[in-house]
Parts: sequence; C-alpha cells; structure tokens
Amino acid sequence: MTTAGSTTSASGAAPAPVGPPSAAAAAPPSYLAAQRGILSWLFTLDHKRIGVMYLVSVLTFFFIGGLLAVVLRLELMTAKGDLLSADVYNKLFTLHGAIMIFVFIIPSIPASLGNILLPLMIGAKDVAFPRLNLLSYWIYLVGSIFLLYSILAGAMDTGWTFYTPYSTQTGTAVISATLGVFILGFSSILTGLNFIVTIHKLRAPGLTWMRLPLFLWATYATAIIQVLATPVLAITLLLLVAERVLGIGIFDPAMGGDPVLYQHFFWFYSHPAVYIMILPAFGIISEIISVHSRKPIFGYRAIAFSSLAIALLSFLVWGHHMFVSGQSELAGMLFSFLTFTVAVPTAIKVFSWVATLYKGSIQLTTAMLYALVFLFTFTIGGLTGLFLGSLTTDIHLHDTYFVVAHFHYVMMGGTVVAFLGGLHHWWPKFTGRMFSERWGRLGAALVFIGFNGTFFPQFILGAQGMPRRYHSYNLVAPDQLPLFELLHRLSSLGSHVLTIAFLIMAGYLLHSLFLGQRAPANPWGGATLEWQTASPPPTQNFVDDPVCSHGPYDFSDDPPATSAAAG
Amino acid sequence: MMTIYPLLTATSSAGTSPAGKGTIWLPEQASTAAERGDVLFYFIYYLSAFFFLLVVGLTVAFVLKYRRRRGQPVTVTPIEGSRRLEIAWSVVPAAILVGIFFWSFSDYITLSVPPAGALEVRVLAQKWSWSFDYPKHGIVGATELVVPQGRPVKLTMSAAEVIHSFYVPAFRIKKDVLPNRYTVTWFEATKLGSYDIFCTEYCGSGHSQMHALVKVVSTADFEQWAQTGGGPPDGKKLFVAKACATCHSVTTDRMGLPGPPLAGRFGQTETLSDGATLTIDDNYVRESIVAPMAKVVKGYTPVMPTFAGLLTDPQINALIDYIKTLK
Repeated sequence: MTTAGSTTSASGAAPAPVGPPSAAAAAPPSYLAAQRGILSWLFTLDHKRIGVMYLVSVLTFFFIGGLLAVVLRLELMTAKGDLLSADVYNKLFTLHGAIMIFVFIIPSIPASLGNILLPLMIGAKDVAFPRLNLLSYWIYLVGSIFLLYSILAGAMDTGWTFYTPYSTQTGTAVISATLGVFILGFSSILTGLNFIVTIHKLRAPGLTWMRLPLFLWATYATAIIQVLATPVLAITLLLLVAERVLGIGIFDPAMGGDPVLYQHFFWFYSHPAVYIMILPAFGIISEIISVHSRKPIFGYRAIAFSSLAIALLSFLVWGHHMFVSGQSELAGMLFSFLTFTVAVPTAIKVFSWVATLYKGSIQLTTAMLYALVFLFTFTIGGLTGLFLGSLTTDIHLHDTYFVVAHFHYVMMGGTVVAFLGGLHHWWPKFTGRMFSERWGRLGAALVFIGFNGTFFPQFILGAQGMPRRYHSYNLVAPDQLPLFELLHRLSSLGSHVLTIAFLIMAGYLLHSLFLGQRAPANPWGGATLEWQTASPPPTQNFVDDPVCSHGPYDFSDDPPATSAAAG
Repeated sequence: MMTIYPLLTATSSAGTSPAGKGTIWLPEQASTAAERGDVLFYFIYYLSAFFFLLVVGLTVAFVLKYRRRRGQPVTVTPIEGSRRLEIAWSVVPAAILVGIFFWSFSDYITLSVPPAGALEVRVLAQKWSWSFDYPKHGIVGATELVVPQGRPVKLTMSAAEVIHSFYVPAFRIKKDVLPNRYTVTWFEATKLGSYDIFCTEYCGSGHSQMHALVKVVSTADFEQWAQTGGGPPDGKKLFVAKACATCHSVTTDRMGLPGPPLAGRFGQTETLSDGATLTIDDNYVRESIVAPMAKVVKGYTPVMPTFAGLLTDPQINALIDYIKTLK
C-alpha cells in the first residue's frame, strides 16, 4: 500500500468534478449507446450490460419479495388470522423467503454491481470468460422461471429452508421450486469461478494484491464460498427430489431416513451462503466510507484478510442453526465456540470503518448516509448474533421473532443497505447521470426510520416468546397479548414507511435515468481505476490501457491521476 | 374486515400491564432455567448496549466533528492504521467472547442433564396438537401438561409425522420433537400458574394453532389430579386440544375450513367420494378418527391424519358424544 504524501489538500469544498474526457471527438460511444435493440442486450458479452441485466432482474425480484412482505405484515396487524387463510400465509412467507434469498440477495451485489465493477476496478476490458458470464445470467433466468413456475403450480409451503420430512410429505409444488434453486446454484458457481480467474489473471500493470480495492477482496472471498459451498446445496436438493420422486429414504424417517441429516446438509451450504450475501456488502462499505471521507481506509490489510478469514470460518459454523435439533451436546459446544470466532474478524471490520472516519473530511452524500445507516443497523445485527451464538440464550430465542429480527438486521440492514449505498455511489458511473442528492438523502432517512421501525419491535417480540412463521397469535396468554399486538402493529407501520421510502427511491432514480444531469467521470473523487474512465464507460472500459500507480485509497493527487481518461 | 390502521384502535384486552408479569425484554421467569439463563441474557444485553453505543457514538461524533464544510479546505490526516489499536480491538473482543462461550456452555450442560428422580412425562407431538402421557400414573393422552411446583420434570418427546418443537417461553426451554427418534429436555417449575406451550418448528396449516398449556400446581393438587387419572375426558376440550377444530367447523357452515362441518350431521345420510351413501353413526365417526382415508365425504380432499394410537378409547367416546351435541 502506498502512503499518502500530503496531509492536507487545499482544493476547496466538494472535490472539483473531473470533466468528461477532454478529447471528446475521439471518444468511443458508451457501453449503453454502443448497440441498440433487445437482442444486443440478451446476447451481449459486455460484463457491464450483463451486470445491468442482473441489476434490473434483482431489483424486480426485490420489488416482488417486498410486496409479499408487506402483505404478510398486514396479516400480522391483528392476532387472529383474518386477512389470509393459514395455507395462503404459509405459501406467501415461503415465497418471500425463497425469492429474497435465492433470486435477490445472493446475486444482488456480486452478480450486478460486481459484474459491472470488477473489470473496471482492475483496469481490464472484461471478465476472463465473457461467454461463461452470459451463460450464468441465462441460467439465472431459467432458475428464476422454475421458481416462479412453482407459484403457478400451486406454490410451496415449506419455508425457504425446505426442511424434511415436511417438504417430502406436503402436497405443494416443492419439486419445481427446488429444481429452480438447484439451477440457480450453477449460475452462482459460474459467476464465482469467473471472478476468481479474472482477479488472478487480468489485473492492470501495477495493480498488486495489496493495491486491490477492498470491494474486490470481498468479492474474491465471496467467489471462493460460491464455488466451494454451492455444490453441496445442489446435492442436497437432488437428494430431496430423489426422495420425493423415487421414494428413496434419505431424510424421511417413515422411509428409514434421517430428518436431521437434511438440516446438516442444508446449512452446510446455507450458512456460508449468509457470507456470500454479507461479504460483498462489507466491501462496498469500505469503498464508500473511504471515498466520501477522503481518507485512506484504516487497517487495509486487516480488512482484506478478515474477509478471507470469514470465508474460511463460515464453513465451520453451520451447526449453530441446530442447537435445539437434538444434535449431540459436543457438537453444540464446538459449533458455539466456532461461531464466536467469526465475530472477531467482523468486529475488526466495524472498528476499522469507524476509525477511518476519524480526522477525515466527511461528505454526507446519499451513499455515505447509507454507509452510516449500515454502521448503525449492522452493529445491532452483529451484536444480537451473540445472543444466538451462545448456547443457552439461543435455546430461548431459536425460531422466534428474535431470529427474524437478527437476520433482517444483517441481511437487510447490512446487505440491502450496503447494496443501496453502492447503487448510489456507482450510479453516475453506470448510467452517466447524477440523481437528486436531496431526494436521495430523504430516501436514506426514510429507509433508516422504516427499517428500524419494522424490525426493532421484532427483537422484543421474539425475546417475549413469539414463534416465527405464525399465521396468527390469538392463542398467546391474555396478559401478554396486548404487548404482542402492539409490537406487531409497530412493525407493520414501519413496513409502510419502508414502502414509501422505496417508492421515493424508484421515483428519483427513474427521473435521473432520463432527465438527470450528465455525470462527470469522477463525481466523488475516488482513487480506484473505475473513476478514471468516462461515465458511462465505453464498451472496452478504457481508451488507453490503465496503469495503476498508487493504492486504492490514496487521495493525495487532487484531482486523482486520470491516465486513461486523459487519453 | 380489519381497520386499515388498527394501531389507532385499542388492542384486544387493553388495561393490563403491557408486558404481563415479565419485563419489557423477557416474559415471566417460571423455572430454574429461566432464573439462571436470564442472567447471561442481560449480561450480553448490557455488553451489546455498550459496544453499540461505542460504535454509534464515535461514528456520530466523527461525522459532526470532521464534516466537510463549504468554503473550507479539505483537511485530512491520512492515517493508514495502528498496529497497537488493531491488536487491542482483536484481542479484547476475543477474550470477552471466550468468556461468554464458557458461561453459556456451563449453563447448557446443566440444562442438558435431567436430575435423578425427575417426574417422567412422555410428550407426543402431531399435526397440530400436543399430548402428554404419565407412565408412572397410568395417565395417557392428557391435553394439558400438569406438573408439580418445585420438582424436576423430564420430558421424553417424539413426533408422529414431521418435526415439531416444544417451547415454553416462561421456562426458557425449547427442543425439537422428531419422528422416529426421542429427544429429551427437562425443567423445574418455580411458580404456580399456567404457561403457553408453542410449536416453534414450522409444521403446516395448523402450526400457529398448535398450542397447549403447562399447569403448575402444588404437589398435593398434582397427586390428587394424578389419582383421578387426570379426570374424565371432556369431548369439547379434546375437540380443540387435539386440533379437530383446526379443520372442522362446529356450526353448519364450513367456514372455509378443509374438513366437513359437523353440526347437525350425526344420524344424517352422507354421500362418499365413491358415490356410496351411509348414515353417520358412532362407528362411522370412530372409523373417521382412526382411519380417515377409508371413507371420505364427497367433495373433500383426503388430508386428515390418523389419530389411531393418539387417542384412548374413553377419549374417542367423549369426542363422539360431543359431536352428537352439535346442532
């Protein structure tokens, strides 16, 4: 890592926007304008166009999954199940979970933002295997269609975890849904493989591993998990289908199987998958906090290596989902201990981000606000994990709303908030347009209020004993019922604030897409390579092959070196 | 029709204290495990509160202090790290975490080993009801878990078809209940009263209605209850406790439920799915309970689980007598 030279730079207020490439006449068209027509998108080999297609897809699924959540919250405003029947409610929460996990959050950051940014950040023309990249998008589409087809086929009511033996006995559309998830897995594996090779082989001259932006360290760690863990999910789901279709007893005790074995297999993938979801978010936060406070990240090496440590440890903690499943006490003890070890690298990251702010020059842009919201919500999400990692407190809290609140604080307060931060941070780069900062900040504030309003009451609900996946809660003891109802209603109210926040966001982002101001190449004064090319970049990313001359967070040049953009 | 914003209307039973007999965070403590476990809960709670305030407090303070202001030069001190600080914030949390681990593990060992001389109760879970057998007292199929105060109770649990989970919030105990395998948990109730039992492993349509009560009584009351064999079975209570009510309406209206409504049907003629007809009598009701797939009423999906072995003969008789009374 190079060290920054000067301690102050007297460039005035906001970093002077770097204009579009000066030699405009010779500049190639942007990747958006290079070709027209739907086929030029569906058959593109351009990583940026593939990333944009992923982005549109995951945002569509986020919208559908979010809508389902709002309906679920409406049902829970009263103790009796009076809006939906139990069967419909069970199908809706299953769909909410399956859509959010498998077609939104797992591909969200790596496949959309990662796809667009990875080659730009390492100064490459594309990923290592552009055709494989397109194939993984198509596989993603096919998998999503299977998952959506299961809705038409009667939907499934198993929860997104497909626990046996319920999932082998229920009469709902489990097979098409699990096949969908099975197919989606291949998309994830191929993307991971592509990213690993790209980072190893296509870095620009001068871009050493210790100059790699932290977003790419996080993406790299994520890709390792994608490649190693996803096949186990595929095997598990195949066994599940084999049991349902062929009647081979693997998990169902009625056929001589073991139902807990399924849980082991499932979480062997699905716990590392949680880190597939959160690690890229860590990477985004490192980028945003550093750029928008114009300060080198505090403890670059610790943050980079903690991503790898988390990726490694994530394979060893799956049993903490099963403390009450009847697994042996020895297994419970080991998994509890290993779970606590994951908390250490995570804590290191959080402390490093806070320390980065110290003596920085902090700009409260929309992207930065999301990073600050992340520090608030993810810290709650992480700390509440201590209650669940510890054996006895987990016994009380397992499968209650406390767990629901915990993973939403990590997945939504962590991953989704970081995703939104990244979307705003790189929006000018992707689209070539600026968005309204004023509306953006309002949106971020409403996401903060709505999110905490929705999920904080659920911590109390869970600690008070409210089980998850309940369609109604009218049987709760009368002296506790008023509290349960009040908390559920606060949570639903919060979900409405969140809805408004997302509608506002959709409004100003669409406005920006068509009417926004033209974005300069480097609106925030970032020092990584993607800011050195035009916004939006040309198809080949850079006019001249870029050379990396300094670390990713070296802001001593002002304006930053623009070797490529000057071409 | 619910009001659009029920938040603005009164909750179901306004007037009682909002948190019942517990605190805002935890429900009433009614077992030795709760008294012991809650200490750790609050330790982690205050520790978390401290670290949360530290992180958020410093973040807010730095943002206020180092905010870039218009018209002023951008002043930055490019600190790239501090080995001493980084070692400190790795080692200190690690030490605290190891401490929490040992604390919870030692509690967990206690919670995992039922004391000798505990009252033994068998718990049977099925879609969507609980039943309790007391082998020493010859009680089979009780719908409530009646236990003496101050004596350890060991539960040996099994499930009929899918995984359920036995959870008593006031006791802070929970254990999955599996088909084809026994799981064990235990508790010692410290306070008289009745407490919720919830199922916390998702198990289908009636999951949220799979509820029963633990009744903690004095030792004398328990002995009396046990001597009378838990009292004669009550068909009306069984109808709810055994989850008949989850699928069958007790009026003449089906109410959108999966099974046929039962009021006024006894003694009437019924058409079956194969077109045959029969008169609903004691034998047909009994057969429908123990072998529900044998004669399915026309127009209904055959989804009812069997209750063979899950209800005693006196209980089946009580249910038939109750169904006869429905008009």
